Amino acid sequence: MQWEKVMGLEVHLQLATQSKIFSSSATTFGAAANSQTNPLDVALPGTLPVLNHSAVTQAIVFGLGIGADIGRVSRFDRKNYFYPDLPKGYQISQFFQPIVKEGIFDVPMEDGSLFPVRILRAHLEEDAGKSVHDAIPGHTGIDLNRAGTPLLEVVTEPDFRTATQVVAYLKALHALVTYLGISDGNMSEGSMRCDVNLSLRPKGESEYGTRTELKNINSFRFIERAIQIEADRQQDLLDSGDTVTQETRLFDPDKDETRAMRSKEVANDYRYFPDPDLLPIVIDDDTIDQIRASLPELPTAKRARYISDLGLGDYDANLLTQDRVTAEFFEATCTICNNPKAAANWIVGELSAALNRVGNTINDCAIRPDGLAALITRIDDGTLSSKMAKTVFDALWAGESDVDRIILDKGLKQVSDAGALEAIVDELIAANSAQVDQYRAADASKQKKLIGFFVGQAMKASKGQANPQLLNQLLKEKLSAS
Amino acid sequence: MAKAVNTLAALSQQLRTGSVSSRELTEDSLSRIARLNPALNAVITSCEDRALAAAAQADKALASGDVSPLLGIPMLHKDIFCTRDVRTTCASKMLAEFIPPYSATVVNRLETAGMISLGKCNMDEFAMGSSNETSFFGAARNPWDTARVPGGSSGGSAAAVAAGFATLATGTDTGGSIRQPAALCGITGLKPSYGRVSRYGMIAFASSMDQAGPMARTAEDCALVLSAMAGSDALDSTCSDQPVPNYAETLEQSISGLRIGVPKEFFSHHLDAAVADAIGRAIKELEQAGAIIVDVSLPSTDLGVSTYYVIAPAEASANLSRYDGVRYGYRCENPADLEDLYTRSRSEGFGPEVKRRILVGTFTLSAASYDQYFMKAQQVRRVIANEYDTVLDNVDVIAGPSAPNTAFVLNDQSKSITDMYMEDVFTIGANLAGLPAISVPAGLVNGLPVGMQLIGRRFDEARLLNVAHQYQKRTDWHTLSPDLGGLV
Repeated sequence: MQWEKVMGLEVHLQLATQSKIFSSSATTFGAAANSQTNPLDVALPGTLPVLNHSAVTQAIVFGLGIGADIGRVSRFDRKNYFYPDLPKGYQISQFFQPIVKEGIFDVPMEDGSLFPVRILRAHLEEDAGKSVHDAIPGHTGIDLNRAGTPLLEVVTEPDFRTATQVVAYLKALHALVTYLGISDGNMSEGSMRCDVNLSLRPKGESEYGTRTELKNINSFRFIERAIQIEADRQQDLLDSGDTVTQETRLFDPDKDETRAMRSKEVANDYRYFPDPDLLPIVIDDDTIDQIRASLPELPTAKRARYISDLGLGDYDANLLTQDRVTAEFFEATCTICNNPKAAANWIVGELSAALNRVGNTINDCAIRPDGLAALITRIDDGTLSSKMAKTVFDALWAGESDVDRIILDKGLKQVSDAGALEAIVDELIAANSAQVDQYRAADASKQKKLIGFFVGQAMKASKGQANPQLLNQLLKEKLSAS
Repeated sequence: MAKAVNTLAALSQQLRTGSVSSRELTEDSLSRIARLNPALNAVITSCEDRALAAAAQADKALASGDVSPLLGIPMLHKDIFCTRDVRTTCASKMLAEFIPPYSATVVNRLETAGMISLGKCNMDEFAMGSSNETSFFGAARNPWDTARVPGGSSGGSAAAVAAGFATLATGTDTGGSIRQPAALCGITGLKPSYGRVSRYGMIAFASSMDQAGPMARTAEDCALVLSAMAGSDALDSTCSDQPVPNYAETLEQSISGLRIGVPKEFFSHHLDAAVADAIGRAIKELEQAGAIIVDVSLPSTDLGVSTYYVIAPAEASANLSRYDGVRYGYRCENPADLEDLYTRSRSEGFGPEVKRRILVGTFTLSAASYDQYFMKAQQVRRVIANEYDTVLDNVDVIAGPSAPNTAFVLNDQSKSITDMYMEDVFTIGANLAGLPAISVPAGLVNGLPVGMQLIGRRFDEARLLNVAHQYQKRTDWHTLSPDLGGLV
């Protein structure tokens, strides 16, 4: 039978607030264990949560970014379960009335089309701490630095049919939140965590099959693999007449398999109820208008503008808008050199290739927009040939910053002065009469080959700095004139 | 029976005229505690050195002309308020060794006002009880008859004030825990409106109803203390930013023409006949002072107890989840694994009443019973609150009994768990509705105190204190003290 995958995603985004969602402790990643905790984070008796309003603002920014309805009254609920890294014995989350309601998120696909994903809701909640199993021999340690870090959980409808769509969505979501500045989206540090709900159904069927939930997949690479493996597993079951059990499964990249979590870890009645320690969040029109006015241009709008106003192709526009720093780098370069196509070519071409080679991001490399723009300007005004430009690019990459200085120091200036080139050409013609005669006797197609000798000699004489177009033109004139 | 000599207001005067020092008052209190506490068990922890050091500071400030009204006056805190560097047990084995690194806002504010903290009062474990019998440290005794309970959960605070350990103790009231023990011990106890006093550092029982308040001899003393306790707090989002009036300033207003509503449901079969007579006489007294007595009805009064015993345990079941033996508090010996650590730490660390409420709360919040119990209780809570609001649109204050009976004997095997829960039948409404309420001494029945309860509009503590003060000017029940001669 032909099976179709049906998937919905739950993504936890760590919001980029300075302090935790209900306490004043810092949220910096990687600090010494339990150094970022206060009595509230440890859940000492009598402590009370106080809402960090910047988390609310960031949630609204996200909601507006996907064109969703903002819950005018939302509230916090307690999700009750016991776990050593959950200090209160409950997690403060939003169950009944989330802050972000339904929205549609248009995901750009590689072929240039847009794939609309229905967002069901996004809600604020606090993160748990971490159980550390390898710090104290024979014991489990608890690190509560992360406990209370603000998360936004974004839940989609089951709109995904292929792993490619899932990955495209996650990349677009990553781009969106980094654009909005509400999360660094760093998957390896856990700032973006993804759970996939997956079921199979016969192709053409409209009913959903029984789903499993794949937990905490922490890289784009693993997601495609995890989906593939879990879909294969379900298909084997269904093909052999078995049924899929609704359960939570973990993807193990080392063993390349998914396996069920113990039922004890998942079979929970969370006993949600409104948290009496926190007031409802009430959001008025003014607040929403103010936040809307402060939003940056979003990736989809940027991408459309690059194509229609700047004349870029889909491919370049997609790549340049995938994250905010790249787009900002591109726009800064264009502003100086006023040549969007050239800027796009350099960034998507040489610069991306160089970055990929060393595994760096655009923020961490030595080339800055002013340097790249100066390089493009010197190509456009004829100072540099494309071959020389590559040499200048390498110098910029290596840490030099002044393009004109590089040109001067490396003697890269292209000779475009007709007088100087004429002198070289005249000398060549006088010194190579045999070749000149041969040229003049040849037919047009042979002449094209024979002129190469003169170009080569002239380049040699000018130390490679002759402007090739000008040189060609001069040679043709002088060789033809008998 | 003896006349009480001292009120907080009187001590304040004496301190400022220099006729007594804070050190003398503090030493008096400490020696009285040392002498009488073995018989009353009203205090779990006393902090002599700390109190004497604070008294010395206060005497310095007094000498330099500081006239703050609470400066230098000794007092006690219910052991539910976190006190920095002083163990805070909540009368539970679970927290028997717990020393918080911070103080509750209430503690900080009263210390800032110059009050001397003598120690921590006994209470029902985690404030769950109406008799003080659920305390891990043993029941506190009623100074009027040590074979009887002081009420609860703020029983130690009530007993301590009645026995003259101090003129003030703090209490907390989730379903009547200030008013019922105040009534049973013959003192004045105020539960402020929900949100009037910060809950920060006050160990949570049922967060949507818990309120801290003063327990003292007189309404005037309560007024002085509430002015210092109340007001917004950045550490408690549910604490209101309504301005705090000077409650002492309105005490002397006439109550002539004031409308006082008497709900017929407060005089039901639950109420002891002799207590009903005493309350009737007290209301007559208010009428003679010029108040207009109006018959009113709060038809859902009887639903209050069941509503409360769904909501309060539900909130408590979550609030008490943090006591898991992992980070602090009681931990069982040699846990075999995580499950065992949780199960035994909690089974051994909590007493039976606390466990009962955790189980009830866990049940009412479970998916299968949420709509039927928790949601339904929230709806009834709204109905009850609306009934109070409607009545209070028409009258200034509601008057009735604080408790259905006088102090009952300790370990009364004939009293079932639900009988015990009915102790709060008249007080619970104010908690469900978030209204302020006060209990004032209003007579003796067979030598045991009776309390009259006054319930006011939200954030209208000033009116309650005014009516209570005017009543106390016309009566002397609040001046009576138990004879403690036989205890030493």
